[in-house]
Amino acid sequence: MMKFKSMQKFGVLTSALALTLTGLAGFSASPAGASGYQKAHAGGTLTLLASTAGGTLDPQVNYTLQYWQLYQATYDGLVTFQKVNGQASFTVVPDLATALPKITNGGKTYTFTLRKGIKFSNGQTVTVNDVKATFVRLFKVSNPNSGSWYNAIAGGDACVATPTSCTLSGLTVNAATNTVTFNLAKVDPEFIDQLAVPFAAIVPAGTPTKDEGSTPVPGTGAYTFKSYNPASSLVMVRNPYFKVWNAKAQPQGYPNKIVEKFGTTVESEVTAVENGQADWVFDPLPADRLGEISTKYASQLTLHQLTADWYLPMNTNIAPFNNLKARQALNYAINKKNIVSLYGGTKLANPTCTILPKGFPGHVDFCGYTKGGGSRYNGPDLAKAQALVAASGTKGTVVKLVATNDAVNSSVAQYIVSVLNQIGYKASVVLQSANIQFNYIQNTNNKVQISLTQWYQDYPAPSDFINVLLGCSTFHKGSDNSINIAGFCNAGIDAQIKAAETQSITDPKAANAKWGQIDKTIMANYAPWVPLINPKLTDFVSKRVGNYKFSLEFYMYVDQLWVK
Amino acid sequence: MGALGVLVFVALICLCAPLYANDWAHVNAFSSNINGRIFIDGHWRSVLQANTQGLGLGVSPIGPTWHLNNYFLGADSQGRDVFARLLYGGRDSLLIGAASALFCVFFATISGLAAGYFGGVIDWIVSRLLDITWAFPVYLLAISLSVILVSSGFSVGPLHVQAGSLLLPIIIIAFIYIPYVARPLRGIVMTLREREFIQAAIGSGASDWRILRKEILPNVAPSIIVFFPLMVAFNMLTESALSFLGVGVQPPNASWGTIINDGLDLLYTRPWVAMAPGLMIVITAGALNLLGDGFRDAFDPKAKLRGSI
Repeated sequence: MMKFKSMQKFGVLTSALALTLTGLAGFSASPAGASGYQKAHAGGTLTLLASTAGGTLDPQVNYTLQYWQLYQATYDGLVTFQKVNGQASFTVVPDLATALPKITNGGKTYTFTLRKGIKFSNGQTVTVNDVKATFVRLFKVSNPNSGSWYNAIAGGDACVATPTSCTLSGLTVNAATNTVTFNLAKVDPEFIDQLAVPFAAIVPAGTPTKDEGSTPVPGTGAYTFKSYNPASSLVMVRNPYFKVWNAKAQPQGYPNKIVEKFGTTVESEVTAVENGQADWVFDPLPADRLGEISTKYASQLTLHQLTADWYLPMNTNIAPFNNLKARQALNYAINKKNIVSLYGGTKLANPTCTILPKGFPGHVDFCGYTKGGGSRYNGPDLAKAQALVAASGTKGTVVKLVATNDAVNSSVAQYIVSVLNQIGYKASVVLQSANIQFNYIQNTNNKVQISLTQWYQDYPAPSDFINVLLGCSTFHKGSDNSINIAGFCNAGIDAQIKAAETQSITDPKAANAKWGQIDKTIMANYAPWVPLINPKLTDFVSKRVGNYKFSLEFYMYVDQLWVK
Repeated sequence: MGALGVLVFVALICLCAPLYANDWAHVNAFSSNINGRIFIDGHWRSVLQANTQGLGLGVSPIGPTWHLNNYFLGADSQGRDVFARLLYGGRDSLLIGAASALFCVFFATISGLAAGYFGGVIDWIVSRLLDITWAFPVYLLAISLSVILVSSGFSVGPLHVQAGSLLLPIIIIAFIYIPYVARPLRGIVMTLREREFIQAAIGSGASDWRILRKEILPNVAPSIIVFFPLMVAFNMLTESALSFLGVGVQPPNASWGTIINDGLDLLYTRPWVAMAPGLMIVITAGALNLLGDGFRDAFDPKAKLRGSI
């Protein structure tokens, strides 16, 4: 659920199939940390540009791609996603732990041994007590996923209910053997993935149990945050206590200093990178500069397919979309190729008909709502859509679509409204700031009929889309944190989700097939969404940058770039 | 006269928006036309054109054709005719500017007359209310109210204004400018109240209502007439700013502010989308200000209101 700020969305860690369309000077396909450190390229200052800061710097609170990308070089968990190129970047490897955990008790007990001699950037040695304190703190600072991920640890639910008295009985440590043991209340096949994201980064035991905001929290990575002013810049320098213990988990970085500057427009960012005054643009490239960049600066641009969805959740509990025919009608009516066009063209996005993005575990090609049907999207069927609206008895209903007010989202929203009017509704769009919209559309009190939003994966598991976005457990009436925006809750589907989750522990392949079938069933029988596109990510770097490497989980490895 | 002529011309061409869109250009200014094609200079061309150079990224709307009946100013990112939207946008901008100025001047006149004539508790209450409103920076107050109301609308007694309605910016803009008109009017009324002819009317036993209607209002009217065009200009600019920021007129409706916003993302490749409504705002606001100056010279030769806003 991480917020991909510049896309004006939350979603989480994106990723997926890397499709590098162009090769950058010095870019290679070798693993980020395993290709051998090239000292000759060490040094210099890497300058990154972002239009705005990403909020708090606290790794246990921040849920933005913007900073999760930087946390890769500053923090470590017991385990992490391997820092290599391509599909292998989805693999979890030991980081501060000496090895992957020993899993016993039918999948409910995870035992780690902590590496010895590793120090935080403040010089303090990492101990098992820091691990315990980290996970207790995670509940005390109200981590966004403490109630949906980490409450799987025995005692976690009590910590969610009363964070101030949290002791997290399910996590025990033994200083003599240097071991950490997690006892889960129930089997969770994704627990290891959840330990590998920055929320579970180990921080010193003395770290205050409140959101540290702009104050850097010490970490164990190759870099440490030196200063942070959300109005102007963030500075990372080398961690003086860092020594490589596992290059695939935490490799040595190249620049001596990494500076992310805030406060300029995306247009200015692009110009600065074109002129060599900065090295990378965090924000999505502006539509009116794409032509120029893709012709004059093609060698500095890379594209990556993301496992992410742009979609329209339709509120299945209020009119007109509490009517299946109305939901199916909109699925038939929207021309997804037009959405691709508004997003920047066929090189930047693909139309999609499924909940699970293409290339994601469990994904099956099918397209129920397209002219002629079949497995591929063939364009809209407006006549069918109009007939369905008429049959649903919802024609003439006033519909308000809530979207964010950035260029691409508002443009897509205006097109959707135009389609809604075409099939017989009285539609209009309500544009809101991204800071407001995502929570607004989740809260049932706001009676949002339909919205435009995006979801970027947290980790490569089908449940991260289907269970999180369409399971009964994530639908909370009257709450700003009800990520099941469509309000879809079906006991039969929920039972299938649970069966697939259970099966994924013993037979992931069969479980994936099951997830694909669930995706198909939900869309065919209930259609709570209109899936629109699977987007691609553009990375635009300066001419001097080399050694570009890309993680499917965390995107470009900032610290691996050469500026020398 | 020149300013009045420009205003009448702008208003007239904007009023002709449906005529232009439906009967001349045959376009729908409010509906996306992403797959649209036009026949121009002997060729069929897409209104949104995919870049075919280099990596082939991006899609650009067609630029100005300079053919009055065929995407004269080109298309926006939805493939809509910019010129048709400019005319429709002008209708909304002028309507909001004029209607909010009317509301604003009406309520400001009532407040100014009541406070200035009756004085005492009424003056104290009205003045404090005006002070409170005045204490907020105009745009901050307008944006705050708009952000709150634009997505939910509001209901006061029998009055229900839906989210997205043009009434919202009209009411918000009228409200924020009331103190700027009411306070100078209050001052004028206070001065008038001490004049001999008013004292004589009071002495002769005329009712307050009669004095206000027959003696005060006619003497305040020239100032109100001077204020009105100036307020239309101010309000139109405020509306454009709010719409530009996404909290005024809501799409697919258009105003000059929303069109500038649409054009912002096309500034490098299709600058006319933003420039055309900008020019219209400059021309209209300039004409309104000149008209206001003209009214002042005619009705208020001693220039009591100069620099009062």
